[in-house]
Amino acid sequence: MINAQDRLWQRVTTAIPYLWLLVFFLAPFAIILKISFADPVIALPPFTPFFDDEGKPDATISNYIFLLTDKLYIVTYLKSVFMAATATVLCLLLGFPMAYGIARAESTTRNILLLLIILPFWISFLLRVYAWMGLLNNYGVINNALLTLGIVDQPLQLIYTDFAVYIGLVYSYLPFMILPLYATLERMDPDLVEAAQDLGASPSQAFRDITWPLARPGVIAGCLLVFIPAMGEYVIPYLLGGPDSMMIGRVLFDEFFVNRDWPLASSVAIILLVLLVVPIVLLQRSQSRDLETT
Amino acid sequence: MRKRGSRFTLSVLAFGYAFLYIPLVSVIVYSFNDSRLATVWGGFSTRWYGELLRNEQVLDAAFLSLRIAFVTATLATVFGTMAGLALARFGRFRGRTLFSGMITSPLVMPEVITGLSLLLLFVSLQQLIGWPAQRGFSTITIAHTTFAMAYVTVIVQSRLSAMDESLEEAAMDLGGRPLRVVFDITLPLIAPAMIAGWLLAFTLSLDDLVIASFVSGPGGSTLPMLIFSKVKLGVTPDINALATLIIAIVTVGVLIAWSVSRYAHRRL
Repeated sequence: MINAQDRLWQRVTTAIPYLWLLVFFLAPFAIILKISFADPVIALPPFTPFFDDEGKPDATISNYIFLLTDKLYIVTYLKSVFMAATATVLCLLLGFPMAYGIARAESTTRNILLLLIILPFWISFLLRVYAWMGLLNNYGVINNALLTLGIVDQPLQLIYTDFAVYIGLVYSYLPFMILPLYATLERMDPDLVEAAQDLGASPSQAFRDITWPLARPGVIAGCLLVFIPAMGEYVIPYLLGGPDSMMIGRVLFDEFFVNRDWPLASSVAIILLVLLVVPIVLLQRSQSRDLETT
Repeated sequence: MRKRGSRFTLSVLAFGYAFLYIPLVSVIVYSFNDSRLATVWGGFSTRWYGELLRNEQVLDAAFLSLRIAFVTATLATVFGTMAGLALARFGRFRGRTLFSGMITSPLVMPEVITGLSLLLLFVSLQQLIGWPAQRGFSTITIAHTTFAMAYVTVIVQSRLSAMDESLEEAAMDLGGRPLRVVFDITLPLIAPAMIAGWLLAFTLSLDDLVIASFVSGPGGSTLPMLIFSKVKLGVTPDINALATLIIAIVTVGVLIAWSVSRYAHRRL
C-alpha cells in the first residue's frame, strides 16, 4: 500500500523538524558543555578554545570546582530549589480547589471560567510581573490602601522581598497548574465521590481515597510544569526580589552579561540542567502516557 | 456537608480570580493617571497614550517584535505540524524517543539555558562558517521558532491522537494515496489546532524577553527588551499605557476567537 514515494514523503516530513531540533536544540547543549570546561579570556569570543594550537585538549574543571566549593553558589542553588518548590506547593494549594470548582461548574460557566484562566496567559508575562510592581511598591496601591485605612502608619516593605518573588511566581505559573489539573478532574465521574459518601465515607476520606488518586496524573504534570521553569526564573527575582532573593537564573544572567564570564555561566547552566534532568524525564513520561490514554 | 465543601470551593475561586485580575485592573486604572508619579492619583488623562504613540523607539521595537513573531509563528506551525504528524501517525521510527524528548524539553527548559545555549551556538557558527554575521532579526527568529514549534507540535499531536483515524483509513481503503489523504483529509481536520498553534507561537514570540536578550545583537531591541530596560528603573506611566493597550488587544482577540469557536460548535 505504501509505495516508495510515500515513504520518502514520510521521511522528509520527519527529517525537517528533526534536523532543526538537532541543530538548534541539541547541538547547543554540546557547545555549552564544551565551553563550561574553558577558561575565560579577554578576547572575542571570551573563552579559551577546547583544543590548543597543537590540537591537544585544553580543558579545565576549575569552573565546576569553583561552583561546588563556593558557598554563595551552593546557597543560591539550594535557595532556587526551595523557592521553586514552595511556589509549586502554593500553586497546588490554590490551583486544586480552583480546578475542582471549574470542573464541577455548569458548562457555560465552566467555559467562561476557563477562558479567564487562559486569558492572562496571552498577556505579556513581563507586563504582568510589572503590574505587581505597581501594587507592591512602598507607595503602591496596597500600601496606599493600608495607610489610608490607618491599618499601618509606615509603608510595609513588600517589594524587593522573597514574599514578592513568591507572589510573582504563583501569579505567573498558576495557569500551568490549573489546566492539567482541570483536564484530569473534568474526566472524573462525580458519582464516584457521591457513591463513596453514600457508603459512609467522610468528605476527607472520599477526597483521600477517590479524588486525589484519580487527580494524581494532573497533579504531577502541573507540579512539574511549574517547578521546572520556576527554577531558572530570571525576570521575577530581578524585578520583585531583594538582594538575597538570588535565584540561579539571575546568577547565570549576571555571570554572563555583567561579569562576562561565559565559561562560568555555562557551568552554572550545566549544573542547573543536571538538577532538572529527573523532573524533565518525569514530565516526559507523564506527557507521553497522557497522549496514549486520550 | 456538601454545601460547606462548595462554599469553600467558591471562596477559593473568588480569591483566585481576584488574585489573577486585580493587578491587571490596577495597571489599566493607573494608565489614565495624569500624574508623572505613577503611584499618586493626579486626575484622569490620556496623555501617556499620546506620548507612547509618538515614541519612535517604542514603535520601532514593536514593529521588530511583530515581524519576528509573524515569521516565527509561520515557521513553527509548519515544522510543528510536521513533527506532530510524525509522532502521531507514522508509527515507530528510529530515533523517535530522542525526537519526542526534543519536543517536550523546550516546553519547560528554563529560558536562561535555552538563550545561553543558542547564543553560544551562533557564536561558534560565526567562527566556523561566518554565519550569522550579525545577530538580530534572524537569530531571534530561529531561537523563537525552536521553542515555539514544540508548543505547536504538542497541540497538533494531541488533536491527532484524540481524532478518529477511521476517516483517514476509509480514504486509504478507497484508494487514496497517503500523501493525498494527508492534504485532503488530515490537514483540514487539524486546521483549528494549527490556527491555535500559530496564535500561541505568535504570542510566545511577542512575549519573550530572556531568550531574545541572549541571542540579539546591538541595535536589535525587541519590545519586551525595551520594556524591561524601562521597568528596571521602576514603575512608569507610559508602560502602564502600553500594558493597557496590550491587555485590550489580547482580550478582544481572545473573545473573538472564543465566540467564533462557539459559533462553529453550535453549528455542528
